[in-house]
Amino acid sequence: MMNKEQLIGKLKIIVKPYTNNPEAYENMDEGTGFIDDLRINSANLVDIILDIEETFDITIDNDDMERMLDVKAAIEIIEAKLAGK
Amino acid sequence: MKTEDIKALLPYADPFLFVDEILHIDENRVKGTYTFNAESGFYKGHFKGNPVTPGVLLIEAMAQIGLVCLGIYILNKNFNKKYTIALTSTECDFIKPVYPGEKVTVVSEKMYFRFGKLKCKTIMTNEAGEEVCRGTIAGMIT
Repeated sequence: MMNKEQLIGKLKIIVKPYTNNPEAYENMDEGTGFIDDLRINSANLVDIILDIEETFDITIDNDDMERMLDVKAAIEIIEAKLAGK
Repeated sequence: MKTEDIKALLPYADPFLFVDEILHIDENRVKGTYTFNAESGFYKGHFKGNPVTPGVLLIEAMAQIGLVCLGIYILNKNFNKKYTIALTSTECDFIKPVYPGEKVTVVSEKMYFRFGKLKCKTIMTNEAGEEVCRGTIAGMIT
């Protein structure tokens, strides 16, 4: 099982092509918001979620998607899905 | 759903409707046509003395047939006028010019439709069957 730092590390790689704020990206932590801080639009947020599904071999549903607005929520959802496998 | 059923649900009207006929449509792909009206005002200025259909309008026709018609078909009975449609990204190559009055055919294949985002590989050909534009386009229906 990956720890939180490893998860954030993997998430950082996924998020990189879509981010428009290098400074927020460099300092990305649990408090970072995808839309407000990294300035990712909702269409690219969909791509990030599809990349998360592929990377972690999990399925994200609509409720998870609506909640996945920051790194903290993303980590919680990924951890819960991985634990349920 | 027939061509007229889908066209009735399109949120466009003249002079910004770029769909004539839907020749085929299923959950994964759509094929449709549009003939660019040689009388359209923009030909006077694009280019001066040398009318060529602007690339942005080729993309618009590809998006209206390849994304919006397909998205409406996929949503079918769930689709209504409360939906918001927005083009979110395009990555296209232009291969040949399209002149006033030319009829083009758009074939669009779904890559995915998840969380309201429809992304397609889309190709436009002319009447000679030559590719004039091809690329990847995506939009949100929410």
